[in-house]
Amino acid sequence: MWKTLRQIQKVGLVTEAPPSADETLRVREALQQQILAVLGRALCIRQVDAGSCNGCELEIHALNNPIYNLEGLGIKFVASPRHADMLLVTGPVTRNMELALLRTYEATPDPKLVVAVGDCGCTGGIFGESYATRGRVSNVIPVDVTVPGCPPDPVKIMQGILTAITAREKAR
Amino acid sequence: MMRARWWFDRGLPIAGIAGAARLPVSSEEWRQAAEDFNATGVRLLALWATRNEHDRNLVRAAYTMEDRLLVLDLELAGWHYPAIDHLFPAALRMQRAAADLSGVRAMPIDQRPWLRHAGWPEDFYPLANRENPALTEPVDEHYPFVRVQGDGVHEIAVGPVHAGIIEPGHFRFSVVGEKVLKLEERLGYVHKGIERRFSELPLLEAHRLAARVSGDSAVAFSWAYCQALEGIAAAPAPPRAAYLRAIALECERIANHLGDLGALGNDAGFAFGLAQFSRLKEILLRSLQTTFGQRYLMDFIVPGGVRNDVGASTLDALIETLRTIEGETRKLRTIYDEHSGVRDRFAGTGTVAPQLAAKLGLTGLAGRASGQNYDLRVDMPCLPYTEVAPRKVCLEDGDVAARVAVRFDELAESIMLTRKLAKRLPDGAIRTDVPIPAEGRFGVGAIEGWRGPVFVALESGPEGWVRRCHPHDPSWQNWPVLEHAIIGNIVPDFPLINKSFNLSYSGHDL
Repeated sequence: MWKTLRQIQKVGLVTEAPPSADETLRVREALQQQILAVLGRALCIRQVDAGSCNGCELEIHALNNPIYNLEGLGIKFVASPRHADMLLVTGPVTRNMELALLRTYEATPDPKLVVAVGDCGCTGGIFGESYATRGRVSNVIPVDVTVPGCPPDPVKIMQGILTAITAREKAR
Repeated sequence: MMRARWWFDRGLPIAGIAGAARLPVSSEEWRQAAEDFNATGVRLLALWATRNEHDRNLVRAAYTMEDRLLVLDLELAGWHYPAIDHLFPAALRMQRAAADLSGVRAMPIDQRPWLRHAGWPEDFYPLANRENPALTEPVDEHYPFVRVQGDGVHEIAVGPVHAGIIEPGHFRFSVVGEKVLKLEERLGYVHKGIERRFSELPLLEAHRLAARVSGDSAVAFSWAYCQALEGIAAAPAPPRAAYLRAIALECERIANHLGDLGALGNDAGFAFGLAQFSRLKEILLRSLQTTFGQRYLMDFIVPGGVRNDVGASTLDALIETLRTIEGETRKLRTIYDEHSGVRDRFAGTGTVAPQLAAKLGLTGLAGRASGQNYDLRVDMPCLPYTEVAPRKVCLEDGDVAARVAVRFDELAESIMLTRKLAKRLPDGAIRTDVPIPAEGRFGVGAIEGWRGPVFVALESGPEGWVRRCHPHDPSWQNWPVLEHAIIGNIVPDFPLINKSFNLSYSGHDL
């Protein structure tokens, strides 16, 4: 036990300052004001892999490491869409996941936000549209913010999430 | 062994890997070879379907024996061929996938679809029909799961959308109380048509798609692809590039093992482990960004070599980072080992005994935790593993604790290996020009990724296009074994057992 405690004490706090919002990532502006009024910055996210190669999932995982410490900002990942305010979706959306994604979206209570993560989620990426995929996430459900990258690094993903829950300057 | 060798000796060499060969066989020989291989411990690496130059269906099976690889070619007059899953259980899903994608059916076989759900019509075979079917409204699939009946038996259905940040798949548990009687997997949710997409890309660009078959194995897949391509084009990568590729591959292994060790601690209720290991993984990823220009090396390996060179001082910094990780990991291993709660959850959980592992064809990291002593880096080495060989890690216990121990040992070994590779890194070019290969060539690549052997079979088409490319992830072999590993365990141990295998959905669903 003392080894565990000594390790915790030795490593100390490693969390870095979060990035600020990036307006260029916003593609739709529907509900921000409403959500901000209800939630402030406390946010629950349901992540949905709708067909990714799992690269994006690795970087989304990193958001919870002590260095990015997303939970420290009051933002956490939840197990059910019914508990979620935001869907963080990676793509391309496969035909075999289309229905599951639609149902997850419908199960998420309004007002809700959708952030598409990764080149495939934003554009269909290298997989494109085919007999097996519907391509970009916005082909299947409405998307508020897109975070390109293959995979995007955790700072970029965090920026996307923060953009979605930050009101536009001029809207204030 | 004699009988198996007889088949291997008759093969004609194929490009890509020294010791790889192919052998055209009749239907009867296809079956006989499988029987001989099964009797002598030869491993099934992959099974897939393609079409030959006469536009006839061709079923291929790749087997490995010691340092040799043999691809059996079975040309079909029609659409049927003899099944081999009674000898190699891992072949079952590969046969079902070939039926879904190419329309060729193994007889007799489980006739349920595997990669096809309800998204496209039953008579559309993506690798045989070029015309795409019309887009239809998404509908539910009615998949006939095998039911367990009896007093007190009930089912738990999980997925495709899971509770964490994980890839999608469906698990159907039949349980009594907390005890699992049976698990049946339903995969294919992330089928993105990768094999079809390959044949829409130029040979010199398709390595990018290979790297995205399974994001956590980007280096292994892009290397295996380039190995096959460079074999076809007779343009081997220069030695410096081979060494840099190996350093990248070992870093990919280290990064994944760090992530898994943390997640396994977490699944055993020890959140400290996740915090510590995910921090170490982040430190490594940042170092990879400086060294190779990317945190995940999706685009580092290119046909003919690597994208960018690594300077001596940058490499020294990477080695220094690895030294820190080595020391920290050693400390954390002691903490894991001494933690009675963690030991209790790990030991004796999700056991796959060596005998069962051999029978089911368990491979890679999970295989080595169950006595399956096979590692392509040692058993079928390519440059630079011919010059700098790792020590093989193999344990017999086959439980979660063994899969954790293999990760700890391999992580330490990979750090040592990276140091040796960096020390002996030859000077010279990092890339050679790869000429556009002629049409109708066939090459293979095989690389030991962090999860296990990654295999790529590549055929060149006209004017520098890919004719057919089949990427194979070791998850194909290991997913069915997970169904056995859980039997008799309790439901709450499933996440832990599942994580200890950490199989790829994307690499399997293609």
